[in-house]
Order: sequence, then structure tokens, then C-alpha cells
Amino acid sequence: MTHSSLDPAAARDARPESFPHAATGALANQQVRANIRHATTTIRRKRAGVVAEVPDWELLRSAGSAIKDETLASLDAVLIELEASVQAAGGTVHWARDAAEANEIVVGLVQAEGADEVVKVKSLATDEIRLNEALEGAGIRPIETDLAELIVQLAGERPSHLLVPAIHKNRVEIRDLFRDRFGLPDLSDDPAELAEAARLHLREAFLRARVAVSGANFAAADTGTICVVESEGNGRMCTTLPDVLITVMGIEKAIPRFRDLEVFLQLLPRSSTGERMNPYTSLWTGVREGDGPQTFHLVLLDAGRTRVLADPAGRPALRCIRCSACINVCPVYRQTGGHAYHSPYAGPIGAILAPQLAGETGAVASLPFASSLCGACYDVCPVLIDIPSILVHERGKAVARERSGIEGRSLKMLGKAFATRAGYERAQRLGRQLQRPIARDGWLTHFPPGPLGAWGRSRDLPALPAQTFREWWESRDDRA
Amino acid sequence: MTTGREAILARVRASLADDPPHVVPPRNYRLRGERDRAAVIELFVERVRDYEATVVVADDPGAAVASALEAAGVRRVGIAPDLDRRLRPSGVELIEDHGLGSRDLDALDGAVTTCASACAETGTIAIDGGPGQGRRALSLVPDLHVCVVRAGAIVETVPELIAALEPSAREGRPIVLVSGPSATSDIELTRVEGVHGPRRLVVIVAT
Amino acid sequence: MIERVALFVTCLADTLFPDVGKATVTVLERLGIEVVFPLEQTCCGQMHGNSGYPSEAAALARRFVDVFDGFDAVVTPSGSCAAQVREHFEDLLGGDDRGVPARTWELSQFLTGVLGLEDIGSTFEGTVAYHPTCHSLRLLRVGDAPLRLLQAVPGVELLELPDAEECCGFGGTFAVKNADVSTAMLDEKIAAIMASGAESVCACDSSCLMHIGGGLRRRGVAVRPVHLAEILAS
Repeated sequence: MTHSSLDPAAARDARPESFPHAATGALANQQVRANIRHATTTIRRKRAGVVAEVPDWELLRSAGSAIKDETLASLDAVLIELEASVQAAGGTVHWARDAAEANEIVVGLVQAEGADEVVKVKSLATDEIRLNEALEGAGIRPIETDLAELIVQLAGERPSHLLVPAIHKNRVEIRDLFRDRFGLPDLSDDPAELAEAARLHLREAFLRARVAVSGANFAAADTGTICVVESEGNGRMCTTLPDVLITVMGIEKAIPRFRDLEVFLQLLPRSSTGERMNPYTSLWTGVREGDGPQTFHLVLLDAGRTRVLADPAGRPALRCIRCSACINVCPVYRQTGGHAYHSPYAGPIGAILAPQLAGETGAVASLPFASSLCGACYDVCPVLIDIPSILVHERGKAVARERSGIEGRSLKMLGKAFATRAGYERAQRLGRQLQRPIARDGWLTHFPPGPLGAWGRSRDLPALPAQTFREWWESRDDRA
Repeated sequence: MTTGREAILARVRASLADDPPHVVPPRNYRLRGERDRAAVIELFVERVRDYEATVVVADDPGAAVASALEAAGVRRVGIAPDLDRRLRPSGVELIEDHGLGSRDLDALDGAVTTCASACAETGTIAIDGGPGQGRRALSLVPDLHVCVVRAGAIVETVPELIAALEPSAREGRPIVLVSGPSATSDIELTRVEGVHGPRRLVVIVAT
Repeated sequence: MIERVALFVTCLADTLFPDVGKATVTVLERLGIEVVFPLEQTCCGQMHGNSGYPSEAAALARRFVDVFDGFDAVVTPSGSCAAQVREHFEDLLGGDDRGVPARTWELSQFLTGVLGLEDIGSTFEGTVAYHPTCHSLRLLRVGDAPLRLLQAVPGVELLELPDAEECCGFGGTFAVKNADVSTAMLDEKIAAIMASGAESVCACDSSCLMHIGGGLRRRGVAVRPVHLAEILAS
């Protein structure tokens, strides 16, 4: 009936990596779905518990949101101040327009040290720019030191959740991976034993590493202090022991003042891991003689962020502090997991950030439609990002960009019909007429290809009744 | 040729052409706690215990340090060169950290330090390299960290903690916030103690 | 004291679920309120708005305001349509909404919030699981209004729905554009409904009930989907 090449929206959705397709594939993996169901249920409960403890939680959300908006509204001034502060404290600041430039800078810095390996703290920004591939291409071995990133790296996969990248793997799968890669045939699946195996494997790397690469959760412009929030201690290892530290940070992570951490260090741990405070938070300012790396490089990354900044309606997505609370409550993510989003950013934040960063091209262009608009994400976002509204806004941009296909023409036709009483009632009567061949005993018996077909794969649909409400109302008036 | 810096700043300015309003963040959240001193200390002890760290309240911190090290069965312990004499127990080999290499630190059984500040609500200890605290590596690499917290340095809330630490940040001191021993929740979201940071944390509250 | 309301029946109920409209009229008239049904009404534009067609949504919003201006209250048996009117019309119409959104109420909001009632005199009997639809829960914030109304029906035994606040998977065009995920979400909702042991599942939105009911029937599950208005009108 319709050929997808004539319908840009359908063509976009038909690509194998677009969300509807990727999701269908992901749904088939019952093991991953069970893992994700278990993990997200646990973390929702923990988050709810520690948030309930905080009497001024809503005030903190408002403050966090405002601090981020304040920053974004004068981002150029904040970045200039940050640069000055970091330099005054003995660090060097680089500015990378895109992934390629960032990778070139980092590879160059590592090569300048004559190092052939780097230890890495988990960083979404480096996942985004695919730094590991660039390092490997230059003969430099990146060693992921976050347990989950290590698991994902050993498995040759991509992370599926921005906070818990190996959420899709259960303990048995991790045990099997470690048995194979660490040569430990008798390893059990006890989480403590698995963690110990990872610890021993990585300890050696920490002690010998000369160069580390990290991301940053926040960077305070007034003092030049970089903040990394973590649990395992690998962040401390990487930012303390090596001689050289390179931090790659998205420009939206800057905050105006050190003082502002009093808000974010309450919002982030409770929203992300559901703890009062995460085990370790590192706050360093440039270099400090006799303590830690004596060379510090901060690489400020744009890579599409200025594009997001340019759309006032989409801009709030840049407030994100990467807590993943939205991902954990999302009923769509719960079914599909993160790989279906084809982006380091999955779930609700992924659906609004990834398309904007990419300029609404590629597979991620389908992400704004990957939502039932239930709003659970907005309820939990610590910085009050109105994700459902931005999803609708992004849908509008997608629709405006694509020439009107079947969906567009149908909706516009419906809109015209609904513009007048006569058109509306005519559409109602037409519907009753058209359904006659496929309706019996009050239910549809066949579902023609298209939206009805998609509906009918799993659900019944009542037929249009013989009398509409308004026809009944008018007959009632006649009788009265 | 435009530099990355020039290009990015130009893009930022162009992106803000809609002239968004300048926001002044509301500071009507709690800026300080309301508990009295005794309650603050009690809360701190409770919260640190929640993280599976050992907490001792002692009016003789030196003795408490000695007990803790003995209980842990350690023999070689690292300390900052300026650690107060009263916190240096006999009976263990104390090695002053004058720039020990990573592997030397790794060969130690533990470390004893003081701290700059602490937060009761979150059970957090803050280290900023001040007197008795040493370099960051000292309280990171050895597997046991014994930390003496002066009761008077414990504040109730996070905003008070950050306010207490701000002068250190302005001085360029690196700061580490420690809330329990290291842990991961990466395996089925079960919190597992002991990955890379010290797997044992003993906190001594000196009253 | 409100004595006369306009009914916004919604395009979906008008065309596919007229019994919900009739039940709403029954409830309001039983309470002594005069119900007016302006025949010029068509659609609130929610589907267009949510699917990325803001100008079409705005046109429908303008029409809604034209049709319903002049009434002290507009009542609708749809949480999602009420949410579209109350929460989105202002932006769509640049503030030029003549106060109509503020005077538009979802049925349970109207009964408990405006009229201050809980006992509507229903004689419905049976076990009921209540599913709070996402728009009524999070956008309209009707809170426990529907539950209080159900609890006040002597013959209703409310059974707890596990994970009640989890989205059923309808989501408008999401149900067909991402049909597989929508179905996966529906499967979980149906499992929860079956676990509740209730004979009926009740909600304030015909759209979600259409999706849930369609799924129940396809799977041969004998739980009856019923709109809140139909329970109250019994």
C-alpha cells in the first residue's frame, strides 16, 4: 500500500537502528529485560527512600534548576572564568569543537608523555566521542577502571545505562566473563568475589599508570575546582596516582561557584544510586605540589552542545547532571534497555539530548517518539527538566523537517475534519461506513496494514457503535 | 584560522541570541541544621555506621588509634609527617610519608590521618591535606584508613560542609569527601563493599 | 454553586465509547446539574499536539475556547483531554484562552474538588482495581479523587493494583508507532491487573481503557474495563 521511500517518517522508522526496530530486537532478550526490571525496581525504591528523608527536596530541585539555567544563560562568561581559574591553579585548558578535535587533543597529550596506556575513569563524554577507539587507533591502550565499564569493555559491548553501564548483565554472566578474561576458572558469581577479581586485576594498572583520563561531574568557575562523584575508588586512583591527568568535560558541566556544590552534592547521590552520599567525591583545583598529578589538562567539549543551547525550548536538556533517575523510572526503558537507543544517553534524557546533540539526524532522530509521555521522568528529575514537553517539541521539529508522509497527511486531514461540526460528523459517518467489511458483533475482525495493523497485532478494537453520543443526545432532545 | 576557543565562544554567544533572562538561584533550601552538638555527633556516628564503617567515640583519641590498629592486626602504618604526636601509637611501625611511591604505599597495611571537616547528615569525612591529613594517596592506597575526626569539626548539613571547605578550595587544596568504605553497585545493584579505595574505614570521633 | 455545566464528551467517547458520555450525563443530572452539550464541539487537539503538529493543535484549541466560552464549568470524562486543555492551551494560544482552561474539569476533579462530593449514590457492585492514568496522575494531579469516589460506593471493593502508577503503554500514537514496546508495557499492566484479582479495571481515560481492554480481550482475560463514570452512574 505505502512504500516507505515515499514516506520519510516511515523510512526513518524503518531503519534497523531506529528505535522501533532496535526496541523490537531488544524486547526479544528476556534475560536482559529481567535484569533491568530487577535493577530498576531496586533503585527506584532506594531513591524514593532517601529523597523522602530530605525536607527541602523541592527547594533543592528549584535551586539546582536555577543554577543550571543561570550558567547556560551566560555560558561564555562562565567558561572564560573557569579557564582563568584552572590556569591560575596550574592547569592547562583546551577547547574542542567536536569529537574529532577532542580525540586529537587527548591522543596528542598522551603521546607527548610517551605513554602507551592510560587508565580511565568512567566518562560519558569520552563514550560519546569514542575516545577509546581513537586511543587504540594510535596504539594507546585505554584501561577502563569502573567495574561496569570494565565488564562492558571485556565483553566487547557498549554501555546500556548511563550510571550502571552493565545493568543488562547479571552476576552469572559477569562471572563467566571474568573466568574467561582473567583466567579464573573457579570464580563464583558472588558479587564480593567478582569485585575482588576486578580489584586485583586493576590494582596493578593503577600503581603503574602515568596518565589518566577522566570526565567531570561539575567544574566550579570561581575556584577552578573539578568535581568527580564515584563509588569504587577508581576515580580517586586515576585522579591521584598518575603524573598526568586529562579531564574531558562537556561545556554544560560548568557551574558558577564552588558553593553551588552544596545543592548538587545533595541532588546527585540521592537521585542516582539512592544513597545519602556516594562513597568518594574528589575535588581538585589545577595541580598541587607534592600531592597528585603535577600536570593537569582540562579539555572543554562542545560536540553539539551549542546546538542544544541554541534552541530555547530544548536548552533545558543541558541542565542534566547525569543522575539517571529518569532512566530508572521510565516504563519504556524498563522494557527495552539502553542499547535500543543507540547512544550513550538512553531513556528519557537520551530521547531529548541525543537527537539535539546530533542535529536530529541518524537513528537518534527516532528517539523523541520513543515515549508514551507518561511523565514519570519529570517527577524525578532533580533539576526539573520538563522532559515530556521537550519530547513534544522535538517531535514538532522532526515533523516540520520531514516532508509530510502518510502520518502527516492523515493527521492534517483529521485536523481539517475536526475544524467544523459538519466535517467532524461526516468523518464519524464515514468511519462507520468504511468499517462495515471488517466489523462484526461490535468488534473489528480484520486490521488492515498501517496503524490499525500495528494495533491489531496484540489488541482487539471495538467497532464504531451504530449511534454516536451526539446522535443519542440529539434524539434525547427530540424526545424531551 | 579560528581556534577552538574562539569558535566555541562564538557559537555559545550566537546560541544565546534569544537573550535568556538572568537567573538568580533561590537559596531558600536549608543552609544549616538545627540539632544541638550532642545530636549532631550522634547523627554522624549513626550515619557512618550505616556505611559499614567502624565508628568509635573517644575522649582519648590516641588510645583509640592504638586500639584500632591493634584490632586490625596491622604492623606498618603510613602517617603524614605532621601528624600530632599524641595520635602516634607505639607498637606499630609508623612510616612518615615524605613522598612514598605508589608501590611503597601499597606495601603499607594502613594509614592514620585526621580530617578537615565532617558532615553528620551524610556520614561524610572531608580531607583537604591540612595538618595531620597528608597527601591524597596516603588515605587512598593502603587498605585500612583510620581517621580521627575532631567532634567540633562535625557540621550537620551538606551546605555547612561545603562552606567549611570553600577556603581550602580557594587555596587550591585538593579535597576528598569520604562516605564509607569503597563500594560498587554494579553487580545487580547489590552494594558490595571494597573495590579500590580502602576496604576498611575506622572513624574515631575525638570529643 | 454550579448549577449548569457544558459537557465536553471528547472525540473518542463521542465516536467509540458513547456509553461513557451517557454515564457522565447520568451522574451530573442525578446531582441536579443541568448538562448542556454544545454540538459544535469536536476535539481538544491532544493527539495533534503530542504528535508534533502544534499549529493543528492550536487551531483545535482555539475552536474549543470558542465553543466553551461562556460556561461556568466544562466537564469531561477524560483525564488526558482535561490535561491538554488545562496544561497546554495557554502555551498553544499564547495566553489568549479567555479563562476556559481554568474552568475545565476532569469528572473526578469536578465531583470532589468543585462540588465537594464523594458519595454519588452509585449501586455498582463488584471488585475493582483502579489504574491511575498518567495524565490524570502527573499532569492534572487529580490525586486520590477517583479513589475516594470509588471508596464511597458501598458495593465496590477496591483491590490494590500492583505497580499501579506504571504507564499502561498507550501513549497516543506511541501505541502504533512503537507497537511492540507498547504491547510489552501492556503485558505488564495486564499481569498486574490479573494479580489484583479484581473483576473490573477502572480508569478515568477511555483511551487507556481502550488499550487495556483490547489487550484483555485478545488474551481472553475476563476482567471488564469500566470507566469511572460508568461505575458512578450505576
